Amino acid sequence: MAAKIKNQKAWFFVMPVVLLVAFNAVIPLMTVVNYSVQETFGNNLFFWQGIGWFEQVLNSERFQSSLGRQIVFTSIILAIEIPLGIAIALAMPRKGVGVSVCLVLMALPLLIPWNVVGSMWNIFALPEIGLLGKALNSLGFDYNFTRQPLSAWFTVILMDVWHWTSLVVLLAYAGLCSIPDAYYQAARIDGASRWAIFRFIQLPKMKRVLTIAVLLRFMDSFMIYTEPFVLTGGGPGNTTTFLSIDLVKTALGQFDLGPAAAMSLIYFLIVLLVSWVFYTLMMKDEVE
Amino acid sequence: MTLILKNVTLNVGVNTHIYPSDLELRDTGFNILLGTTLAGKTTLMQIMAGLIKPTTGEIWFGGRNVTGTSVQKRNVSMVHQQFINYPNMNVFENIASPLRVIGMSKAEVTRQVESIAEILKMTPMLGRKPAELSGGQQQRTALARALVKRADLVLLDEPLANLDFKLREELREELPKMFENRGCCVVYATTEPMEALLLGGHTACLNEGRITQFGRTGKIYREPENLKTAQVFSDPPINTAPVTKQDNRIILNDKVNWILDKDLHKMADGPYILGIRPHHILPFETDGKSAQIDGKILVTELSGSESTIHFNMDGLSWVSQASGIHAFDRETINSFYIQTDKCLYFDNNEQLVRA
Repeated sequence: MAAKIKNQKAWFFVMPVVLLVAFNAVIPLMTVVNYSVQETFGNNLFFWQGIGWFEQVLNSERFQSSLGRQIVFTSIILAIEIPLGIAIALAMPRKGVGVSVCLVLMALPLLIPWNVVGSMWNIFALPEIGLLGKALNSLGFDYNFTRQPLSAWFTVILMDVWHWTSLVVLLAYAGLCSIPDAYYQAARIDGASRWAIFRFIQLPKMKRVLTIAVLLRFMDSFMIYTEPFVLTGGGPGNTTTFLSIDLVKTALGQFDLGPAAAMSLIYFLIVLLVSWVFYTLMMKDEVE
Repeated sequence: MTLILKNVTLNVGVNTHIYPSDLELRDTGFNILLGTTLAGKTTLMQIMAGLIKPTTGEIWFGGRNVTGTSVQKRNVSMVHQQFINYPNMNVFENIASPLRVIGMSKAEVTRQVESIAEILKMTPMLGRKPAELSGGQQQRTALARALVKRADLVLLDEPLANLDFKLREELREELPKMFENRGCCVVYATTEPMEALLLGGHTACLNEGRITQFGRTGKIYREPENLKTAQVFSDPPINTAPVTKQDNRIILNDKVNWILDKDLHKMADGPYILGIRPHHILPFETDGKSAQIDGKILVTELSGSESTIHFNMDGLSWVSQASGIHAFDRETINSFYIQTDKCLYFDNNEQLVRA
C-alpha cells in the first residue's frame, strides 16, 4: 500500500471561494452585527449596548408601521402579480411569430433600470401634465400622488405590477411550454374541462417555476426601494415609506448606526424566515 | 365495432403527412400499425381518435360516420409512449378520473378501479403519486385508465417503447389477455417487426405516410406485396440486390445464378429486385436448394443462441442470421448459402412477382 501523502494543498484550492464568501457575505454581515450591539459617537469610540437597539427598534412605532405597510404592499403585489402572470402566460400563443413578439414585449419592462422606471412613472402620473394623471383627473377622479396617500399607493402598486408581472409571465410560460402535448391529448380523450386541465395538469406541472416566481416576487417586493423612492420619496407624509426607505433614512439620514444595524438584521431575518416558510409549504408534497 | 378509414389524407401546409389511406380495423385481435419513426403511425392514430381532423376522407365507426365528431364524444382511450398520468393525483384517483367525468356513483367507481388494479397488479400502489412509481408501474396506471373506461376504441401508441426489456416482455404477454372479450377495437403502434409478429392479429405496414399493405400479420410477413412492406417488416433489414431473369435462371452476377422454381417460370425475362430475409442466408450448407455466394465479413454479432453476420457482397451490405455460434474474423472472405426457394422477386414497380 502506498504511503499516504500528507500536505495542506487542499486549503490552497478552496482559498478563492473562502475569500469570496468572506468578503462578500461574512465580513459585511459581521460588521452589521458589530454595530448592532454597540453605541458609537465616531472617533472609533464604541460602548457595549447588548440587545438594547433591538428592543428599541422592535418597540418603536415607526418600525412597526413601516413593517405593516411593507407586509400590506407585498401581499397586494403577490395577490395581483401571480394570478395575472399565470393568466397572461395561459393566453400567450404557443407557436408562430406571435411567440417572439409576445416574449420581447414581456421582456421589455424587465430591461429598464429601476430608477428610470421610477422617473418614467413620476412624469407619467403627474396630475397636471402626465398622461395617466391628467387622464384620471379629466375622468373626474381626484388624483394626485404627491398629496393623497391612496393615489400614491395606487401609483406605486400599478408601477410594480407593470414592471414585474412580466417575470411571473416568463416563468409561468416556460413551465407551460415544458408540458408535452400528449398530456393535453390525454385530457381531451378523458373529456376533461378547460378548468380541469388547468387544475390537474397545468398547475401541478408549473408548481416548481411558480414557487420560484413567488419567492422572487416576495423577496424583491419586500426589499423594494428605488422605484417608490424616486416616485414619492416615501410620501406623502410617511405613507409609502417601506422598510428599505425607512432603513436608509435611519442609517444615512440620521446616522443612527446602531439602530440601523439592528433593523437590518431584523429585516434580513424576516425575509429569510418568510422565504423558508413559503418554500416549505409549496414543496410539501413534492417527491424526489 | 369496426373502424373504417375511407380515403383519409392529411396535409399540413404544403406537406402531406398521410397519403390517401383505406383501412378496415376489426374488434377481434390486435390491429397493429407497423412502421419506422416518422412513418405516420401516431398521426394516423390521432386521426382515428378524432384529435386531428383529416384533410379529406371519412372515418366510420360502428356503422356511423364520425369524421366530424369531437374526441370527447367518441368514447376513445389512448395510451402514449410517454407515461401520461395526472401528476398530483394518486394512482386510485388517476384510474378513477375517466369514470368521474361520466358521473359514475362513488361505490361503483371504487369497485371498478379496484378490479382493474387487481388485473394489472397495481393494488398495493393505489395510494401513491405517479412520481413515486417505476416506469412500468406508471405505464400500468395509464393502461388501467384506458381499460377502466370501457372505450369502444383503444389506441396504444408504442406503449412499451420506454420500458426496459424485461418489463416489455412481461407486459407484451399480458396485453392481449387484458383486451380479450372486451368487444373493443384495439390499435397498437410499434416500430418493431418482432413485436407485431408476437401480438398477431392484423398488421398495417406504414412507410412515409403511406399504408403499404394491410392483412393478417403472419401472411403479410410471409408474402409482402411490395418491397417497402418487406423492408419495414423485417428485422434485421431484408437483403436486396438487382438480378436478371433469363430463360429459367436468375442471374445475380457473373459467377452466381440459379434455376427458378417451376411456378415462377412464367416471369418475363428482364431485370428484377431480389429480396431475401437474413435467416434465409446461412453461413453453412443445408439440404435444400441453395446458391453459394462469397462475402467479406464486416461485423459478427453473437447473441446467446444466434449469430448475426454483416458482410459485403459485390459492394452491397448484406446480413445473414443463423442459429448457433458462428464467429468469423473481420475482413475474411467466407461462403454463404442463399436458400433459393425462399427468395422474393420484385418487379420495376417494387411489386411482388407471384406465380
